[in-house]
Amino acid sequence: MVDTKVTLCGIELDNPVIPASGTFGYGHEFAELYDINILGTFSFKGTTQDPRFGNPTPRIAEVPGGMLNSVGLQNPGVRAVIEEELPRLSRVFKKPVMANISGFSPEEYESVAAELSECEQVGWIEVNISCPNVHGGGIAFGTDPDHAAEVVRRVRRATKKPLIIKLSPNVTDICEIATRCEAEGADALSLINTLVGMQIDLKTKKPVLANIVGGYSGPGIFPVALRMVYQVYKSVSIPIVGMGGVSSAEDVLKMMAAGATAVQVGSANLVNPYACRDIIADLPRVMEKYGVNSLRRFIGAAHG
Amino acid sequence: MKQGLYTVIENKQIAERTYLLRLSGDTSETGRPGTFVNIRLDGFYLRRPISVCDSSNNTLTLIYKVVGAGTEALAATPVGVKLDLLTGLGNGYDITSLSKGSRPLLVGGGCGSPPLYLLAKTLIAAGVPVSVILGFNRRSEVFFEEEFRALGVDLTITTTDGSYGKRGFVTDAMGDVCYDCIFACGPEPMLRAVYEKSGDISGQFGFEERMACGFGVCMGCSCRTKYGPKRICRDGPVLSKEEIIW
Repeated sequence: MVDTKVTLCGIELDNPVIPASGTFGYGHEFAELYDINILGTFSFKGTTQDPRFGNPTPRIAEVPGGMLNSVGLQNPGVRAVIEEELPRLSRVFKKPVMANISGFSPEEYESVAAELSECEQVGWIEVNISCPNVHGGGIAFGTDPDHAAEVVRRVRRATKKPLIIKLSPNVTDICEIATRCEAEGADALSLINTLVGMQIDLKTKKPVLANIVGGYSGPGIFPVALRMVYQVYKSVSIPIVGMGGVSSAEDVLKMMAAGATAVQVGSANLVNPYACRDIIADLPRVMEKYGVNSLRRFIGAAHG
Repeated sequence: MKQGLYTVIENKQIAERTYLLRLSGDTSETGRPGTFVNIRLDGFYLRRPISVCDSSNNTLTLIYKVVGAGTEALAATPVGVKLDLLTGLGNGYDITSLSKGSRPLLVGGGCGSPPLYLLAKTLIAAGVPVSVILGFNRRSEVFFEEEFRALGVDLTITTTDGSYGKRGFVTDAMGDVCYDCIFACGPEPMLRAVYEKSGDISGQFGFEERMACGFGVCMGCSCRTKYGPKRICRDGPVLSKEEIIW
């Protein structure tokens, strides 16, 4: 019998599989399809202070190895999440949920984090400083070490919940940002968010996305994500949540070998709504196949 | 929503760049007119959303236009191949308020016409008399005329170049028909023209948008409505007239 349990910032997960923010809504669409309590947890849709409609459509484009999105943090705002989404979620999901937050100023991050910290259901606060689709927020904080440090400092004082900072891959040196976040009190890091990309339609000779650029996700980014998790693992001593193109139980093991304590699954949920259920079901078989008895002990196995 | 494997039993060209795909499989979720399925294709990351044209006795009929590499690959899919589909997606047309005394007009444009076939069939079966206007650019694009006529609907075909049926747009034929509600599906400029032409008469309009998941979680296909943001894939693709913001 293999052991799939891991512990992320003091909270034990039955398995390391976590649907990524933006691919799982606030849970209830998937709860209609399968019992989402089989998940390690899930990271809910990136939430800001005020409701946001996001960017104009088209927001989706297909590309080799995956897709682009330029949704732009559409969400109902933190009050609606606390008053409507979380109570509805509590009926179908009994585990601590990961609250993904975003903002356009350090103050906004701090206040959204403070509000969600009051919610018993919230196990972790995952701070998105890396959304490529909003102007003047999100990624602007994730690509500058000083700005990233300021956001972490502000959110740190707003919450006692475990604090996970979600990093952008669109930087020269992700380890520099990672170490700054750790120094400011982050409890964990999650990486990677999407890579900035674009697609052009030769029939119209124009970009497919109304926003021109969008975030590239899907199996095509898996090697980039794996490399960054591997590098960051060497630079910090806090746990890493690995993500980027993860589509199978084998990918989960690779991420963990590179140094991830838990693994998020994103775009795969959009093309196969049962992706996470299938990965979780397959995990014991793949662990046995590769002689992995305990996932806890497997973390970082690829390092010397 | 259900996921299932469907066997291709027919896949043939029926008009210019337009194909009819008949699939064998579970039709328990495909009977509501105006809903769609999302088809997985080998070699393509995202599924292809296609509206349901007809659904009965484990046979699902779809009509699609070849517009890119994905639909080209679909057109090349031979009989016997099994396709992975998500079915029962979207809200569909709401016909609960219609009675035998209703006079619905169904207006379709090009490859927006197929969902109106199942809608017309459903209404006729309920004893509601149905008028249909289908608009195409030219004669070579016209499809399903005989099938619509066989349902017993009052059918008008328009072509913009006049090469078949009545010359002009669908809106040029709307004045010839007596109706008290509108059901439309087609390209957005056509929908808007029908919306304006139909004045105060109530209506339901089927929209199209690029989408990723098709079941309401990625927020890729959102639109603004008078009742707040809606997802074309889940809260739509059918919007009621009074909520539409152009």
